[in-house]
Amino acid sequence: MTSLVLLDFDANGIKQPSRSAVAAAVKLGDAHGLVAGANVGAVAEAAAKIPGLSKILVVEDAAYANALAEPLSALLVSLAADYSHILAAATAVGKNVLPRVAALLDVQQLSDISDVIDADTFVRPIYAGNALATVKSSDSRKVITVRASSFDPVPAEGGSASIEKISAAAVDGKSKYISSELSKSERPELTAAKIIVSGGRGMQNGENFTKLIDPIAEKLGAAVGASRAAVDAGFVPNDYQVGQTGKIVAPDLYVAIGISGAIQHLAGMKDSKVIVAINKDEDAPIFQVADYGLVGDLFTILPELDKAL
Amino acid sequence: MKLLVAVKRVVDYNVKVRVKSDQSGVETSGVKMSMNPFDEIAVEEAIRLKEKGIATEVIAVSLGVTQCQETLRTALAMGADRGILVETDVALEPLAVAKLLKAVVEKEGIDLAILGKQAIDDDMNATGQMLAALLGWPQGTFASKVEIADGVASVTREVDGGLETVALTLPAVVTADLRLNEPRYASLPNIMKARKKTIDVLKPEELGVDPAPRLTIVKVNEPPVRKAGVKVADVAALIDKLRNEAKVI
Repeated sequence: MTSLVLLDFDANGIKQPSRSAVAAAVKLGDAHGLVAGANVGAVAEAAAKIPGLSKILVVEDAAYANALAEPLSALLVSLAADYSHILAAATAVGKNVLPRVAALLDVQQLSDISDVIDADTFVRPIYAGNALATVKSSDSRKVITVRASSFDPVPAEGGSASIEKISAAAVDGKSKYISSELSKSERPELTAAKIIVSGGRGMQNGENFTKLIDPIAEKLGAAVGASRAAVDAGFVPNDYQVGQTGKIVAPDLYVAIGISGAIQHLAGMKDSKVIVAINKDEDAPIFQVADYGLVGDLFTILPELDKAL
Repeated sequence: MKLLVAVKRVVDYNVKVRVKSDQSGVETSGVKMSMNPFDEIAVEEAIRLKEKGIATEVIAVSLGVTQCQETLRTALAMGADRGILVETDVALEPLAVAKLLKAVVEKEGIDLAILGKQAIDDDMNATGQMLAALLGWPQGTFASKVEIADGVASVTREVDGGLETVALTLPAVVTADLRLNEPRYASLPNIMKARKKTIDVLKPEELGVDPAPRLTIVKVNEPPVRKAGVKVADVAALIDKLRNEAKVI
């Protein structure tokens, strides 16, 4: 029984959520990693150092350069016969590609698992994490996306996997990558950050994020997040969103500023180790999950906080 | 161009769900049900494509128990032309839904299928991708913008680092993310009109699909409850707690 983990990477290397997916795969037994893209030699070498992976399959082909679902799923399907489990972190790439693989293999995917019970049985949150379902799959092969915040990532170094070059699968060319508009930030990625400072509707506009939250995040080495309300209002870009349908995070410290605490936001951050809430409404639901609450006007509190740090 | 939108009947997003005491699932009897919010966005997008003259017909499809007709009526009141209910008491999983939708797509000669990216009950985020795979169609998931011209759908997608645009040769599947549009409310006259629109009822066997689930629910639990902590008086007290008690900064 061997698992194959689709590794998600960018210019900075293999993403941390993929190392959480490896942690889940290791619970099932032997695991291999898959690196597919253009000019991925360095990525493959980095992948080979991840403890828990015994072999890295590498495909160098421009067809995989932008992680499109159609070619990647065809590739995974071509490799599936050798594997009992196919896994990926529930990142934008994993969520896009793996259900396609599952359907082509006639398998019901196990989405966003938060625990591994045995080779067939897994725990996954449903209803925005308000319930945890333990489900047993009757499919002979399992296709799984992994909730990264529920599995401590394996280290980036310490392993020594073999590297095997494999060839690309056929591509039909019905989908084409056109362009990306990626947010530029010097700060850590939301899903890998130890500290997150998030703003909500109470921030009132995007300038206040820059003026009041950024300096605090800078001092704490924190990532900046946001509630759906703040993203919908256009204060910050979509990739800042924490919640049921945005990013699911579990940092050591989560600071929620001007966020009321709607169910769908709590779904994305309630597993954080320590939660701080700053809100002028003392009855806001966010205080029901906060370890430390501070009731007051954020426009007074944030400059004070900045000065005190 | 014929459009299909899939609409799911789910527990209303405002309801605080309760796990059943026998751990067999979540209590749904006597609970307010509504259209999955992402599917409302999908319906809105389909109707806008018809209003722009790009689509000629919008067919709403729901799958499940008889009461899914109410969800279809909502889609019809928003502006879909007709409805199809694939009626079954089996608890459908995304793979079964995708197979049934594929059969409907082929029966109706659909050019573009728009689905919500995720249902807020099982949070699977899979049906659209699976439908695209089974049809051999390209997919534009988590869409925040869709433009159609010359047989190509340009889809802007919400991805981890920001936005990404892909071009899909039609026919294709698109799944709607939150910021694709703001769904309209159905007006009273349109709700009345929707009552006269057709809903065809089909059974899975008529579509040649075995909808049996592949997953068995072993149990459903409440997650551990997080307790409310303390309120602190001021910034100095907060920093003291974070430094000396929680030791996180």
